[in-house]
Amino acid sequence: MEKRVLKDANDRVDGIYKVTGKAKYFAEYELPGLTYGVLVTSTITKGKITSLDTKAAEKAPGVVSVISHLNKPSAPAYEQEGGSPFKIFYTDKIFFNGQPIAIVVANTFERATYAASLVKVTYAKEDFNTDFEKAVTDVKAKKLQGQPEYKRGVENAYKTAEVKIEAKYHLPIETHNPMELHGIIADWRPNNQVTVYAKTQGVKATQGTIANVFKIPIENIQVNSEFVGGGFGMALRTWPLEIATVMASKHIAKPVKLVITRMQMFTMVGNRPAAVQTIGLGANKDGTLTGITHRAFGETSAYENFTEGVVNMAKFMYQCDNVNTQYTVVPVDLGVPIWMRGPGEATGAFALESAIDEMAHALDMDPLEFRIKNDPEKDQQRNKPFSDKNIKEAYRVGAQKIGWNERKNKPGSLIDGQWKYGFGVSIGVFNANRGRASVKGILKADGTLVLQSATSDIGPGTGTGMTLIASKLLGIPGDKIKFELGDSSLPPAPSQGGSATLSTVGSAVNDVCVSLKSTIAELAANSNMDATSNFVDVLKKNNLPQIEVTKQSQAGKEREDYSMYSFSIHFVKVKVHSLTGVVKVDKIVSVGDSGSIVSPKTARSQMVGGAVGGVGMALHEESIIDHRYGRYINNNFADYHVPVNADIPEIEVHFINKPDPYINPMGAKGMGEIALIGFSAAVANAVFNATGKRIRTLPITPDKVLAG
Amino acid sequence: MINFQYLRTTTAKSALALLSKDKNSKFLAGGTNLIDLMKRGVTAPEKLVDINHVPLKQIEQIGDKIVIGALASNTAVAENAIIKEKLPLLAMALNAGASAQLRNVATVGGNMMQRTRCGYFYDTEMPCNKRQPGSGCGALGGFNRMHAIFGTSDKCIAVHPSDMCVALIALDTIVVLASVKGERKISFKDFHRLAGDTPQLDNNLKADEMIIRLEISVNNLAKNSYYLKVRDRASYAFALVSVAAGMEISNNKITAIRLAMGGVAHKPWRLTASEDFLKGKEPSIENFKQAAKLAMTGAKGFGENDFKLQMAPNSIIEALTVAKSKA
Ligand SMILES: Cc1cc2nc3c(=O)[nH]c(=O)nc-3n(C[C@H](O)[C@H](O)[C@H](O)COP(=O)(O)OP(=O)(O)OC[C@H]3O[C@@H](n4cnc5c(N)ncnc54)[C@H](O)[C@@H]3O)c2cc1C
Repeated sequence: MEKRVLKDANDRVDGIYKVTGKAKYFAEYELPGLTYGVLVTSTITKGKITSLDTKAAEKAPGVVSVISHLNKPSAPAYEQEGGSPFKIFYTDKIFFNGQPIAIVVANTFERATYAASLVKVTYAKEDFNTDFEKAVTDVKAKKLQGQPEYKRGVENAYKTAEVKIEAKYHLPIETHNPMELHGIIADWRPNNQVTVYAKTQGVKATQGTIANVFKIPIENIQVNSEFVGGGFGMALRTWPLEIATVMASKHIAKPVKLVITRMQMFTMVGNRPAAVQTIGLGANKDGTLTGITHRAFGETSAYENFTEGVVNMAKFMYQCDNVNTQYTVVPVDLGVPIWMRGPGEATGAFALESAIDEMAHALDMDPLEFRIKNDPEKDQQRNKPFSDKNIKEAYRVGAQKIGWNERKNKPGSLIDGQWKYGFGVSIGVFNANRGRASVKGILKADGTLVLQSATSDIGPGTGTGMTLIASKLLGIPGDKIKFELGDSSLPPAPSQGGSATLSTVGSAVNDVCVSLKSTIAELAANSNMDATSNFVDVLKKNNLPQIEVTKQSQAGKEREDYSMYSFSIHFVKVKVHSLTGVVKVDKIVSVGDSGSIVSPKTARSQMVGGAVGGVGMALHEESIIDHRYGRYINNNFADYHVPVNADIPEIEVHFINKPDPYINPMGAKGMGEIALIGFSAAVANAVFNATGKRIRTLPITPDKVLAG
Repeated sequence: MINFQYLRTTTAKSALALLSKDKNSKFLAGGTNLIDLMKRGVTAPEKLVDINHVPLKQIEQIGDKIVIGALASNTAVAENAIIKEKLPLLAMALNAGASAQLRNVATVGGNMMQRTRCGYFYDTEMPCNKRQPGSGCGALGGFNRMHAIFGTSDKCIAVHPSDMCVALIALDTIVVLASVKGERKISFKDFHRLAGDTPQLDNNLKADEMIIRLEISVNNLAKNSYYLKVRDRASYAFALVSVAAGMEISNNKITAIRLAMGGVAHKPWRLTASEDFLKGKEPSIENFKQAAKLAMTGAKGFGENDFKLQMAPNSIIEALTVAKSKA
């Protein structure tokens, strides 16, 4: 094992590789004979390709091949046109602007880029609509897809409540924009042996998709993805561009690398879907919630459907006997969306948590008090107890740290010169998932432990968390443990998404360690050694260089008996400039209630990252399209704003850190999504508290504050 | 990548000779704008003449003039002791622009010559009269939140994106230009131009000319000057609206005043009417409000940028208030 020094037991195990450049990302692999792909993309939004002339491109220096629908190699699953998923190069139809229509492969990236500019395409254009807000207003009786309507008690009970509010909230398209650009290296060798270096949140998923498209045995495909430069959800599927690269490699029998451009990151690898949501809330004058109605429209594409959990939270987060929800997706002529950070739940929480604040204001109640008053004893949706929930304690901790007692219920009360100050709070919640995963453990007589699983680490620190679980159970220091991931040949694990990796893979690590421990104890007993003997001595005494075990682990009946969620409370203090409309976040306190905290440093980082992403969602992020052309306008990092350091104040993170008694052996619930979910509402609520202006359309930019 | 020739020179004279020989060549300074435009296919020069080694990086005071070479980096100017002490408005404006990394390589000449950030100008698949005269203006009726409210034409409503230039116009800067034929001087306010019927032209630099240096007379505005930049995030974002304000106040009277705005026009926008109004008056909030109102004469929004009609006067008031309170 490589030598690795951890200064502190909780340090990131791969930190040193990341900061020294030793961590190798997919695009950094050098293969003999590597060629470079560049995509040609459609410049119209909808219609048909009428001609595609590749002659000039093929003659350009260094070009190996140009692959399009005219000469696509065989992909058995794609022989039938249409349907979902979108079948790249198996149609001449255009579904969105920027759709990949050909891949040019050359011996250098620059030559491929130039040659791609020489491909001449003509189209037959059709009418299109990329404007989601317009599509929503045009929704008529037409039956659209979505989720089944949910109803508990009386429908729309809010309408007859003593106090009621009804409001509409708008979210724009957001683009994940991880720093690392998307792409893949594909190497299709004789006998249908395929190796890919991918940017993926699931090596097994990528492996399965490729096997399925080309109908080759899954064992033929090796997927490597040891380091991922951020995903935020966009690497949860194998995109058409990846299949195109595999096709290209198959076609030319050479390895092909494709790295898309920042502009292409906006069109072909998904986005947070735009949403329009209406919330109705009813309450008694004493602040008891009597009705919640949450109706949402989410964006989807015309060629593939995408749905997510936008209205989930309304069903269980507050004590309320009358709840109804509706979620419908509305197609527009854009690339298909995909889950993005805290996915639909974050979209829904912006609306619900803003509305809760609006109701508290209507009742002239402190919004924190209002939440506490309506905190549910059990999950009314599933009619089950919560496995573990400490929200009231989290409220108390956060309120104290942010200085909630300085807050005035009357908006616009805290003024210093041109700056107005305000406080906001919101709650975030996400399903505490646990899936099925396998882990192999190899305990060696040299004192080291190797753990292996085909899971991924898109940044949260999976290897660190797993190392800490094993270290605690076996008493082996972290720098003697190596957790291997991102390799499809390792024991299977699900994709990294839905805040489930620590719970799922960590449980298998736990089971492996427990098993190794008992094997060592048995060996010790058999060789008349003390039960507390060090495993190195036991292995040596037994002449064993190592022992191995593989365990599969999954949830049991506990999930039928309990409702399992992770929670977060976000407190935000903002200041708003009354003349310029500029909003500055002044202080952030995020409190996580997600069971035991297994890896304190990376858990904190996750919460900090969520808060930063939350500031972006609240104040900055918006992908803008000119609907006359169906093209993105701000598709670069100068114009698509994410927060910079100067936007981010002190961020305090606290954890309740109490084990959930039921979820898994560690008592630890996932916290990937709760770091962000709800955050944008806390900012919007703080802006309201500062100014009295309720901004229901994100992002909250200075122009909206001035107008609001 | 479209092939081009790369040449490097160490004197202004040879740079100008190369330029005059070949119409389709361009100077390469920091490259932070030019290279982006080449990658996006907005421009495709056949020759790049690298002028980074031409000795035009001086920042010095000669008599009552401060002289800044065209190749001084934005960081070098912003951090120069003379500039910080005598022209803090310029230092503030520079520091409000781009990011530290960009400022380290971006030059004074390049900053003046940087092209608009209008999205239609950058996307060769959409219409833009500035990129392709006669193709139409995408921003009219399109995404124009960042666009101009003053001096617009029906051909183009783009803004000049620079912060530095807003301070320079306020400071009555003189620009020294050279061609193979010799040097000429023009006032900074005459350097950039309005779009009119020829939006493809950003400024009055002739095809065979080079920016050599800037000359700024020492003034008494240092004490009461402020550059306010209103933007969508706290750093690394172009101005929605910016204001450069400098005043000389004695006996509670404004004895000298300079006021200019950025993010509102095809060129840095000097507010002469407001200056004339404030001269000799008390630096009171009422007078600032009046000056802000005067500044807005002729302003016109295009839908998404209507908010600037409110943000601009507000920002003038704020900038003047802060500038006054600095003493
Ligand atoms: C992401 C991003 C954000 C930015 N944000 C801001 C901002 O907030 N505020 C701001 O003000 N600016 C901003 N900028 C713009 C930046 O200031 C300019 O790109 C920079 O000043 C250009 O200088 P340069 O030396 O790199 O010019 P180059 O790119 O080298 O040249 C630009 C043009 O000037 C010409 N040129 C250069 N020197 C001379 C000369 N001496 N004589 C004649 N012609 C010359 C070149 O031929 C070229 O046409 C930003 C840029 C980027 C990329």
